[in-house]
Amino acid sequence: MIPTIPQPRAARIAYGAYVALFFVYLALPLTVVGVFAFNNGQFPSLPWEGFTWNWFFGDERPMIGVFHERSILRAMGTSVFVAFCVALLSVAVGLSNAFLFNRYQFRGKSLLYVVMLLPLVIPGIVLGISILVFSSTVANAAWDAAKVDIQALRPGLPLVILGQFSFIATIATLVISARLQKFDRSLEEAALNLGAGKLTAVRTITIPFLAPALIGAMVVAFLMSFENFNTTLMLVGSDAPLTIAMFDRLKEGSTPLLNAVSLLLMLGSSLLALVMILFQRRR
Amino acid sequence: MKAEAKLGFVLLLTPLLLWLVLLIFIPHIDMFLVSLRERVGVGKYETSLANYLTFFREPLYLWTFLRTAVMSTVATAITLLIAFPVSYYIAKIAKGRMQSALFLLCLIPFYVSELVRTFGWMILLRETGLVSNLLQWSGLVDQPVEMLYNDAAIMVGLVYTSMLFMVVPLVTTLESLDDSVIEAGYDLGGNAFSVMREIVIPHAAPGIVSGCIVVFMLSLGNYLTPTMLGGKDSLWFTQLIYSQFIVRFNWELGAAFGFMLLFLSSVIVWGMLRLTGQTLEKTMG
Repeated sequence: MIPTIPQPRAARIAYGAYVALFFVYLALPLTVVGVFAFNNGQFPSLPWEGFTWNWFFGDERPMIGVFHERSILRAMGTSVFVAFCVALLSVAVGLSNAFLFNRYQFRGKSLLYVVMLLPLVIPGIVLGISILVFSSTVANAAWDAAKVDIQALRPGLPLVILGQFSFIATIATLVISARLQKFDRSLEEAALNLGAGKLTAVRTITIPFLAPALIGAMVVAFLMSFENFNTTLMLVGSDAPLTIAMFDRLKEGSTPLLNAVSLLLMLGSSLLALVMILFQRRR
Repeated sequence: MKAEAKLGFVLLLTPLLLWLVLLIFIPHIDMFLVSLRERVGVGKYETSLANYLTFFREPLYLWTFLRTAVMSTVATAITLLIAFPVSYYIAKIAKGRMQSALFLLCLIPFYVSELVRTFGWMILLRETGLVSNLLQWSGLVDQPVEMLYNDAAIMVGLVYTSMLFMVVPLVTTLESLDDSVIEAGYDLGGNAFSVMREIVIPHAAPGIVSGCIVVFMLSLGNYLTPTMLGGKDSLWFTQLIYSQFIVRFNWELGAAFGFMLLFLSSVIVWGMLRLTGQTLEKTMG
């Protein structure tokens, strides 16, 4: 079943139709979320009450738009902050890991590599509760021993960042390693021959070569953190990131406000994805 | 020079070890220890298997556990069945620009939060939703139909949510299969069915395995989709963990549940790797 092997016309058409149907299925939920963001009514469902921008810019009840809804804006800010921290941390550790696995031979290396992959096959909710349990063990021990209350170890943003980092770091490592493996070591040696120090060679030759992977890993880590739900759910304190805040609202019933937020999210993440693709194509 | 290399090695090894030991290894051991505690008085604990006994003795817990496992397996199988023809089309039939465009189209929905995707299905499936309205309009039913809050809705959501993680590894492995190998299969008298069974599927096995592992894991550990599409009483195992931890504050039992979930997913992942002779490095790395 490849183009060079003739197939009956009917079979080809049926196959094409199936694939088309698949893409309709993929697009359908996102399309309805987007369309109902403009519904001039209280519910994101039929009947269609006409077109409005109020769910974005409205500033009086009952239609308060995204840009006037304080709690949603704050949650968005929280998410951006968390995602940025997670992305920086993951890329830093990922870069270090990539060099370690690429440049050094040591005993237990392959075992360590497998262990490094494990966070990907641990359910997110289990990662969340294990970190929750351990951090409160430490916090309680600190309280019993010295009567100090370490706020950072109670549910809240520091734990959310650590929890998300614990598995996103693996992904960053894989993305950066893949690019480092393609690097031609002789370029670095040439720099050394020309009198550069080892660190200078890495900084001026290897890091620029890795730049697309570093940016790619950064964007992927940012997006994964932004949309993470399971791990965050177990570690969240009083200031909730966007996914948790939206989940809480959704449980109480939905208004097209949530559609408007979702549409903004879709635009934001496709923009980021596009930037990443363009950047990688340019290289 | 030697000392310098050693220093570099230690500097690079430290963050990795800190991460794996402090965030993965010790927390899981600690969780296991907590799951072995039994509260015998205020602030007094004893080591026992009581929490695990509770899990095995209470039919609701065990039933939810098995139900989650079976439904995740079914969701994985359905995802594979839907994704395979599409991946084959993208990898082998579409060419050039069309190919990369289709592949990109597959990726886009998954840059968006799972919450948004689930919300989309809620708008489609609920009583006042689009599907219900469409059915009434076409005259197939004469009153609104509620399609949310049942197992089929959960299944639709799970399959949709994990589609990407099946399509990407499948397209990658199928692309690496040379067309001439398929042609040779036909030249040697094979038909579409036997070529598929003896050439294409064995070649795609690593992709199939890694796709299945990830999809199964994601379904098993999913909380959002069963809760939003299946309702509060949809009996998903992660909901039990959540309610023990956050609602009832019974961390000992919650930790035991968490460990059972981890155990189940590890056994299935390990079993799948063994069965197909793959390794974790090859399928994930």
